[in-house]
Amino acid sequence: MIDESLPAHMRPDRSFQALLLTLQRFWADQGCVVLQPYDMEVGAGTFHPATTLRALGPKHWKAAYVQPSRRPKDGRYGENPNRLQHYYQFQVILKPSPENLQELYLQSLAAIGVDLKLHDVRFVEDDWESPTLGAWGLGWECWCDGMEVSQFTYFQQVAGFECSPVSGELTYGLERLAMYVQGVENVYDLNFNGREGAEKTTYGDVFLQAEREYSRHNFEAADTDMLFEQFRMAETACHKYLAFGDKGEKHDMALPAYDQCIKASHVFNLLDARGVISVTERQSYILRVRELAKACGAAWLKTAGGGAAA
Amino acid sequence: MPDLLLELFSEEIPARMQAQAADALKKLVTDALVERGLLYEGAKAFVTPRRLALAVHGLPGRQADQREEKKGPRVGAPEQAVAGFLKAAGLASLDQATIQSDPKKGDFYVAVVEKPGRATTEVVAEIVPDIIRKFPWPKSMRWGSGTLRWVRPLHSIVATFGAEGDEPEVVHFSVDGIEASNVTRGHRFMAPEPFTVKRLDDWMAKLEAARVVADRDRRKEIILNDAKDLALAAGLELVEDEGLLDEVCGLVEWPVVLMGSFEERFLDIPDEVIRATIRANQKCFVLKDPKTGRLANRFILISNLVASDGGAAIVAGNERVIRARLSDAKFFWDTDRLNGLASRMPKFQSITFHEKLGSQAERIERIENLAVLIAELMERTGQVSTKFFEGSYGRFVSEVKLAANVAKADLLTEVVGEFPELQGLMGRYYAEGENLPPDVAAACEEHYKPQGPNDRVPTAPVSVAVALADKIDTLEGFWDAKEIPTGSKDPYALRRAALGVIRIILENELRLRLVAILDEASDYRVSRVKFREEQPSQSGEAPDTFRGTAKVSAPFAGRLVAAHTIDLLAFFADRLKVYLRDRGARHDLVDAVFALEGQDDLLLVVRRVEALAAFLATEDGRNLLAGYRRAVNILRIEEKKDGRAFAGPTVAALLKEPAEERLADAIETVKARVSQAVAAEDFEAAMTALSDLRQPVDAFFDAVTVNDPDPALRENRLKLLDEIRAATRGIADFDRIEG
Repeated sequence: MIDESLPAHMRPDRSFQALLLTLQRFWADQGCVVLQPYDMEVGAGTFHPATTLRALGPKHWKAAYVQPSRRPKDGRYGENPNRLQHYYQFQVILKPSPENLQELYLQSLAAIGVDLKLHDVRFVEDDWESPTLGAWGLGWECWCDGMEVSQFTYFQQVAGFECSPVSGELTYGLERLAMYVQGVENVYDLNFNGREGAEKTTYGDVFLQAEREYSRHNFEAADTDMLFEQFRMAETACHKYLAFGDKGEKHDMALPAYDQCIKASHVFNLLDARGVISVTERQSYILRVRELAKACGAAWLKTAGGGAAA
Repeated sequence: MPDLLLELFSEEIPARMQAQAADALKKLVTDALVERGLLYEGAKAFVTPRRLALAVHGLPGRQADQREEKKGPRVGAPEQAVAGFLKAAGLASLDQATIQSDPKKGDFYVAVVEKPGRATTEVVAEIVPDIIRKFPWPKSMRWGSGTLRWVRPLHSIVATFGAEGDEPEVVHFSVDGIEASNVTRGHRFMAPEPFTVKRLDDWMAKLEAARVVADRDRRKEIILNDAKDLALAAGLELVEDEGLLDEVCGLVEWPVVLMGSFEERFLDIPDEVIRATIRANQKCFVLKDPKTGRLANRFILISNLVASDGGAAIVAGNERVIRARLSDAKFFWDTDRLNGLASRMPKFQSITFHEKLGSQAERIERIENLAVLIAELMERTGQVSTKFFEGSYGRFVSEVKLAANVAKADLLTEVVGEFPELQGLMGRYYAEGENLPPDVAAACEEHYKPQGPNDRVPTAPVSVAVALADKIDTLEGFWDAKEIPTGSKDPYALRRAALGVIRIILENELRLRLVAILDEASDYRVSRVKFREEQPSQSGEAPDTFRGTAKVSAPFAGRLVAAHTIDLLAFFADRLKVYLRDRGARHDLVDAVFALEGQDDLLLVVRRVEALAAFLATEDGRNLLAGYRRAVNILRIEEKKDGRAFAGPTVAALLKEPAEERLADAIETVKARVSQAVAAEDFEAAMTALSDLRQPVDAFFDAVTVNDPDPALRENRLKLLDEIRAATRGIADFDRIEG
């Protein structure tokens, strides 16, 4: 249930930012480290090292954070009410996955205003796989009255390594959830700051111009020669840092190397959106990124964070 | 007799896996019980999204005791033998063994081993954990810090055992820390508190009270009935959908059927697109207006909750999503129609159909060529009803060419991209929208038909030509690429394609020489690959290099054709046998006809088979077959003896007996009549002619000794027998006839 003591502008059903703050608060109460977004372009919250790398190794870990996610191909020049090339995911990772993860998830929905006596929440099979990260898991997409509002995954493998213990990952599509609880049909009409009248700022005020500009960039302008070069550079740098940090049983440069893997992945997404990668090449690019991810995962397992003995 | 109740309570099991899991649980548990001597009266499995359960009724309380006698060595046997016996029988000394006498062998030791039966609960506690650990889920997972695998995290296990009226006992066992108990939970939202259960009836009743319908079939029934009632009340009809019903009954424990609506403006979208949108994405049913036969702007959704507002919020939420989905669908439908189908053709050049068989564009080009070839054959042999074309033959072929060209274009439309199952149908809609000739539009849809043994076969000539070309191109290409079906593997559905060709030809009574068409298709494909190889590459990509094995040639009906087309003809013969067998025809007769040289006209093959079957059912037919076999047997023996073959013609001067003279005359006439009748494709007449052989053959065997002491007479008579064989060869290879 929504905390009735909140001022109007802080209610999750009135304000996009309040929705986000409510989720942060909720998961902070569950003992999560509340992180800030990773400072690089990524396609999904899963790419954040706080998920990808921390899912590997024996160490327990609980974290929650918002992650701006870039999907260059999904740009629609601001003309589609549901599709964006830049949107927010709220990501929760709990390792090991607790017994009551489903209940916790449902409580978080209640906290942002989804009344479970009124709404039909369902867990519908959806197996998750990320070919670029060499990762897969089983779980569901969570439906609220027929709308998919979250992804729920038990990680089985990341970067080609079996996850043990298993992490439970929750990914909330924040715009969708906000549209649902605010009752608006167009993402750009979302109330961002919870104010009314002249004080009100909408999602469109914040992001419409960006959606138009980036759609143009992603589909028409992105410099493909430069991007091809950047891909190669990131790939080379990743290998270089991995070699540099490799101390046999130990590794001391897994994180910087992984940054280059993230970089390569995003550059690949941009090239893909520009339509300059053929079907057969596409597969080979995905494999190249996966090789980086696997090598970074292997390096991480040789670090303290990955559980290697000090 | 006591009953066993087992319930495995977990997080949500994927709908598509539930029915199979219930069957597997039942089989695994009951098999394991029976294997251990525990017979039962009945068993029923249950499954919901959150539980997999089994009730086994009428089990004994324990296994029967077992008494086993083990024979040992004779009395006074060496010490070693005695020691081995004691060890094997588990005895401490010979005092525990008894001595038995045998009149032949004398006295020997016998150990009586008594094995008391174990309590059923003990057996259950032993088998169930193992079944859980090895359960055949299509995909399973680990969770938390454990190592157990289940389809989704397993939370609790109910296992009770007891007779009616008694308080059943809990069967104690644990699986990776989950202790079996008698505690379960109800509906996730409406009755989350734990409660205890006894036996099946108690479990069912308490679950029902806790808003769980455990029986899958009953959930289906509720959904179907309530959906129909709601539809009826609104003056509408439910569009039934068994597949969807199977799925949604696996998404709810307590089905609540609700109706929603969408804006009428969306009814501009074709019904099939609306249905696909609402079905695939939202798992909702659509409704039909019985007055118009078209879809109504309503849908039926199945929720899992008796909501405090009667479902208003749930309906409103689903309506919002469906509105957004239909907006997308409408956008796709509208965008698709902005540009004609033809505008999509260039894109096919960059889409690979198969690595050895080139791009989609190349494939379309081949289908077009082949469709025109087939159309010309149909036209030349007067197999196109003139009423469609008002005598204008050129129009038929040009419509076939156009249809073959655009038939695949809808694959690149937005709607088909979203809903691949609408391929063909969308092509038809778009073609109609562009005012292409009606037969061309129809062919866009119908050229995929028939999709299976029960699907409709196209009959419109344009559709027939394109449908044949599409399937034959696929078969010819994959055969050359050696991607042929093996066992249960048929990834390109080639069996279905061959059956489609057979059904189209037979049900439309088309006269086509398959080998000629296949060979032409093969030639054309290879010539296009060569042509492209010789062109300077524009895309910078390497040209196709697969020329196939085509032009490894084989003889067929007096000419050389690509060898793989002969293999493919054998595949057609095989499929034809299956097709005819399903209709009660004799497959051996198909073999008998195909064994003749040059048989590739399926319609004629079938007519010949039918006439032959009718003939063999008559007394003449049966007797002639018997006479034939007698002749062939004698020949076989004598040919082996002499190490040479005897082949006609006979020498007239050596025909001494009247019966052999008459037979020789009869063979002469019958041969001529058969070949005349076959040439006229009158197989009944050919059989009638053949039946005239029966009497002379019988008379010959009655009156004449084949193996005459005079070698010249013997040789001549053996040649006469061969002539009988030759006469029947005009109809079929009688050696292949069984029975």
